[in-house]
Amino acid sequence: MSLLLSLQGALGQGILWGFMALGVFVTFRLLDFADLTVDGSFATGGAVCAIALTNGVDPIISLLVATLAGFIAGLVTGLLHTKCKIPAILAGILTQIGLYSINLRIMGRSNIPLLRIETLFKGLANQTNLSLNMVVIIIGVIFAVIVIALLYWFFGTELGSAIRATGNNEQMVRSLGVNTNFTKVLALMISNGLVAFSGAIIAQQQGSADVRMGTGAIVIGLASIVIGEVIFGKKGGFAVKLLAIMLGSIVYRFVIVIVLQLGLNTDDLKLLTAIIVAVALTIPVIMNKRKQLSMYKKLTGKEIEDHA
Amino acid sequence: MLKISNVSKTFNLGTVNEKKALQNISLQLDEGDFVTIIGGNGAGKSTLLNMIAGAYPIDCGIITLDGHDISLKAEYDRAKLIGRVFQDPMLGTAAEMQIMENLAMAKRRGKRRTLKWGVTKEEKEDYVNVVKDLGLGLEDRLTSKVGLLSGGQRQALTLLMATLKHPQLLLLDEHTAALDPATSSKVLQLTDKIVTEQGLTALMVTHNMRDAIDVGNRLIMMYEGRIIYDVKGEEKKALQVSDLLKKFEEASGHEFVNDRMLLG
Repeated sequence: MSLLLSLQGALGQGILWGFMALGVFVTFRLLDFADLTVDGSFATGGAVCAIALTNGVDPIISLLVATLAGFIAGLVTGLLHTKCKIPAILAGILTQIGLYSINLRIMGRSNIPLLRIETLFKGLANQTNLSLNMVVIIIGVIFAVIVIALLYWFFGTELGSAIRATGNNEQMVRSLGVNTNFTKVLALMISNGLVAFSGAIIAQQQGSADVRMGTGAIVIGLASIVIGEVIFGKKGGFAVKLLAIMLGSIVYRFVIVIVLQLGLNTDDLKLLTAIIVAVALTIPVIMNKRKQLSMYKKLTGKEIEDHA
Repeated sequence: MLKISNVSKTFNLGTVNEKKALQNISLQLDEGDFVTIIGGNGAGKSTLLNMIAGAYPIDCGIITLDGHDISLKAEYDRAKLIGRVFQDPMLGTAAEMQIMENLAMAKRRGKRRTLKWGVTKEEKEDYVNVVKDLGLGLEDRLTSKVGLLSGGQRQALTLLMATLKHPQLLLLDEHTAALDPATSSKVLQLTDKIVTEQGLTALMVTHNMRDAIDVGNRLIMMYEGRIIYDVKGEEKKALQVSDLLKKFEEASGHEFVNDRMLLG
C-alpha cells in the first residue's frame, strides 16, 4: 500500500519535473545546444515564485512571473553565447553560477518555506477534499496538456521551424535569410522559461523554495529525455516525442521510488541518476554495433556458403 | 546589378600563415549575367563568393547589390537577396526535417518569420509541382526527411531552394564537385535550365574547365587572389580548354597542373 502511495506521489512529481525535461529537450535535442543554465534557472523559478507567493501574489500569476524570470536567464546565456562568442557549455555554466548568487538575493536567504501559504495545490485540495497527491496529478496533467499543445503549435510555426532548422544546419538557416543568433536566443529563453516554470510549480508542490533545489536538474532532465527515447522510441511525430519525454520523466520518478523502497540511500540518488543517463545513452550505441555485427555475420556467412 | 570595387581580404594577417586571399578585386555584373569562375586551389574563388555572401568580413572595398551597399551587412541579411548552393550537399538542407519543410523555409526567404503555420496547405500543392520539374521522383516523398536523400538529390533540392524566390544573385560554389560524373552533369544541366529560364544573375565556381566554357555567358579566371582573365559573349563561346590552359600559363608563368581541371 505504501509503495502504491509512493508511486502515486512519483507520478505527480514526474509530471511537474517533466516541464523541466521538456525545457532541456528544446535546447539539447532541438537546438543541439548543451545548456547548463538549467540548474540555476530551475532554482530561480522556485525563488521567484516563493517570493511572489509570500507577497500575496496569486499562485498562477506567480508561476507566470517565475517563467518570465526563466526567459531572462535564457536571454543572458543566449547573449553570452551569440554576442560574446562564449562556447555554449561555458556560457551556460557562467549564467548558472551567477544565478546562484542572484537566487540568494531574490530570496534574501537560502530557503523560503511556504507552509502557511495557499498554493495552487493546497487550494484545490481544500476545495475538493481530494488527497494532495491526486491534486498534484490533476493539476499536473492540465498544465502538461497546455504546455505540450503550446510547444507542438510553436515548433510547427515559421519561427519554430527556423529554430528546429538552426539545431539541424545553422549555415543553411543563415543562407535562407534567418538570423541564427536570434533563433538561438529565443530557443534558450523558451527552454529556461519552461525550466523556471517547473521549478516554480515544484516549489508550490513541496511547500518551499531552496537555493539548492536545482542542483543536478540538468542530469535529471537528460535522464527523462533518454529514458523517454529508449522506451518510447525515437520514431513518431513531434507530439509523440514531447509526450515520450513527459513519460520518461514519470518513469524516472518511478525508478527512484522503487530503488528507495529497496533500501537505496538517498545520498546515492545523484550517482544513480548519472548512471541511468550514461547507460541509457550507451544502449543505442551497443545495439547498433550488435545489429551491424550480426548483419555482417549473416551476409558474409551467406557469401561464403555461396562460394563454397 | 552586382558591383565589387577594390575588395581585399587577407587571412591570418601578420602571422607566418598570412594568406592574401583577395587582392584588390573589382568586378561588375550586369543583370542576367551567368559568370563561371575558374582557377587553381587557393586562387580565391570560394573566398570571393564567401565575401559576397558575407560569410566573413572583407578587409576593405565596397560591394553593392542592386544599388545597395552590402559591404558591412550580416550574412543572414544579405541572404534575403542572395541564393546559395555549397559544395557540400549536406550544407544546403536540414537533414532532420521534411523535404516540404525545407522548401517552406526557402519560400520564406527575406520574410519575417511569424507565428503562422510553417507549411500551409496551399503551398504543399505548389511544392508537388516544383519538385516534379526536377524529375527525381521526389514529389511523392515530400514528407520524407531530407537526410534520406542521396547527395545529388539533396544538391538538386538545394538548388531549387536557392532559386525558389528568384534571388537577385545566385552563388554556386563548386556545387557539382562532390557528385559522381553522371549526377554532376545532371545538376549542372538543371542549374543551366533554372538560371536561363528565370534570367538569374549568377556566379558559379567550378574546377571543370569544360563546364566553365559550356555554361554561362562570361568566364573569369582567378590566380592568387586576382582576376587574371575575363571573357564574355562570342569570344567565350569559342574558347577551348587548351586556350584556358595557355592563358593560365601566360598569366602565372608556370604550367597548370591539376588533374581535376583537365578531367571531364
